[in-house]
Amino acid sequence: MADDPFVLGGTTFTSRLIMGTGGAPSLEVLERALVASGTELTTVAMRRVNPEVHGSVLSVLDRLGIRVLPNTAGCFTAGEAVLTARLAREALGTDLIKLEVIADERTLLPDPIELLEAAETLVDDGFTVLPYTNDDPVLARKLQDAGCAAIMPLGSPIGSGLGIRNPHNFQLIVEHAHVPVILDAGAGTASDAALAMELGCAGVMLASAVTRAQQPVLMAEAMRHAVEAGRLAHRAGRIPRRHFAEASSPTEGRAHLDPERPAF
Amino acid sequence: MSRTSETSDVGSDVTPDVLVIGGGIIGLVTAWRAAQRGLATAVLDPEPGGGAAQVAAGMLAAVTELHYGEETLLGLNLASARRYPEFAAELTELTGHGLGYRRCGTLAVALDADDRAHLRELHALQRESGLQSEWLSGRECRRLEPMLAPGVRGGLRVDGDHQIDPRRLAAALVTACERTGVVFHRVRAERLTVVRDRATGVVTADGTVLAAGQVVLAAGSLSGRLAGVPEAVLPPVRPVKGQVLRLTVPERYAPFLSRTVRAVVRGSHVYLVPRENGELVVGATSEELGWDTTVTAGGVYELLRDAHELVPGITELPLTETRAGRAPARPTTRRCSARPTSTACCWPPATTATGCC
Repeated sequence: MADDPFVLGGTTFTSRLIMGTGGAPSLEVLERALVASGTELTTVAMRRVNPEVHGSVLSVLDRLGIRVLPNTAGCFTAGEAVLTARLAREALGTDLIKLEVIADERTLLPDPIELLEAAETLVDDGFTVLPYTNDDPVLARKLQDAGCAAIMPLGSPIGSGLGIRNPHNFQLIVEHAHVPVILDAGAGTASDAALAMELGCAGVMLASAVTRAQQPVLMAEAMRHAVEAGRLAHRAGRIPRRHFAEASSPTEGRAHLDPERPAF
Repeated sequence: MSRTSETSDVGSDVTPDVLVIGGGIIGLVTAWRAAQRGLATAVLDPEPGGGAAQVAAGMLAAVTELHYGEETLLGLNLASARRYPEFAAELTELTGHGLGYRRCGTLAVALDADDRAHLRELHALQRESGLQSEWLSGRECRRLEPMLAPGVRGGLRVDGDHQIDPRRLAAALVTACERTGVVFHRVRAERLTVVRDRATGVVTADGTVLAAGQVVLAAGSLSGRLAGVPEAVLPPVRPVKGQVLRLTVPERYAPFLSRTVRAVVRGSHVYLVPRENGELVVGATSEELGWDTTVTAGGVYELLRDAHELVPGITELPLTETRAGRAPARPTTRRCSARPTSTACCWPPATTATGCC
């Protein structure tokens, strides 16, 4: 949508859908899904790819002209995350980093203390930091104050498909943010993505909802439409909620039928 | 060099003043020092510098390995630690070998409240014993070592506990022995020969009889089962199996860890010893399995599991070696923590010197 550009870390994007690559049945399916999603930015776990190896997911992104967003998936400490980010910058020549510091393998929930520390270090080091965070408005504010380029709260745990469990927190985060807020993790289907956008998110990041769907390419297309629809709805402004019905058809100037002859 | 071979040729036929059974670190040091002082010395070992020295991590940890009731051992260990820098420098100067001697200190950490209480107790004992150690909060520990897990609850910083690379130390000692004219008999000792309650030499596995003025028994855990040693003086040592892993810290991850890190994870001790050359030694299991030196899936799994809990980032490092060795243990202690320059439990007429690093 040319009249509604999405600016992230100084770069302008047309698509507001950021994709992940994990879980795809094959690179071939992933490639078609990425095309169908219309994404211009896709995240890749730096611990699982080597940029020097050809034929990997990085080659696919390169071929499609999709910008790579390296992430620090699999890190448990700020120290590891900072190290991984630096290696990613060296390998890919980008300051963008999707910062993930998880607390345990079972929930994959972010470790807020480690996350904030790593974010501070990386911002000081010149990175454009996009932190995967809990849906905690206080933590979100602190990450923003630390200089992060976006806030990426989870709707629900990674890969759970449980949608946005606390929409109210999302509203609070969006209200106080002056950087883009991007739903990260939890989207299960198109309505989840649309809801995020309606709540005022600037974008949606997802992987499993597409890559693990029965028809990844179809779901990718659905997500593209959902993000666009949700964004349009947000911009359009929803109507106030009412308790009682309000007729949508006007009664003024209604056709006057012959009272002698009922219509039925 | 020519002197060495001459001495060896001549030496084999001459009855040595001192015959050392066991060419591990203790045996080699003893032989080297004896030869330096002008004694004709021989070492009996099928593989000098092999054995436990090839497996051990090389922690010189008098303070962090302090235990209740081991004050005498502590005295020996501290005396040894004080002499180590000079010992290492002398050996390097003589042989040109680097020993990996590193005064990097040790950080012993606790991962939960129980471990923390245990460490606090150790800290109190250290202070009572007049030792230098500093209590750090979890955050302070992690500031020193950022790769430590967020769960670290506190720790003890002991700057005086150092490390050496036992492989390089053993190689240097073999060279030092050769340079000072020590004769090597690369064969196993079969039995000690005793005449009128006096050790007179050994019979080797190939049947050769070697006589000597003095016999030093320094065969590590094997010292406890050498035939011919009178029951009354047989050293009460047994082998304790320890599995040890070696990982490599690639240049781009360096330094990863700057000092030795150790902890008790659910009751088992785990340590990570970072060498200057990028090697990271992770150990050790402690198994009462006699002479077995098999590396098992379970042993490797437990070490990696515990090390991962302590330093999660190790999963990214190449695993370069898995090995098992036998540490000599005495009934009174968990393991012998004797040091080459400090331990020589002597009694006439034979001398034993058994320890491990």
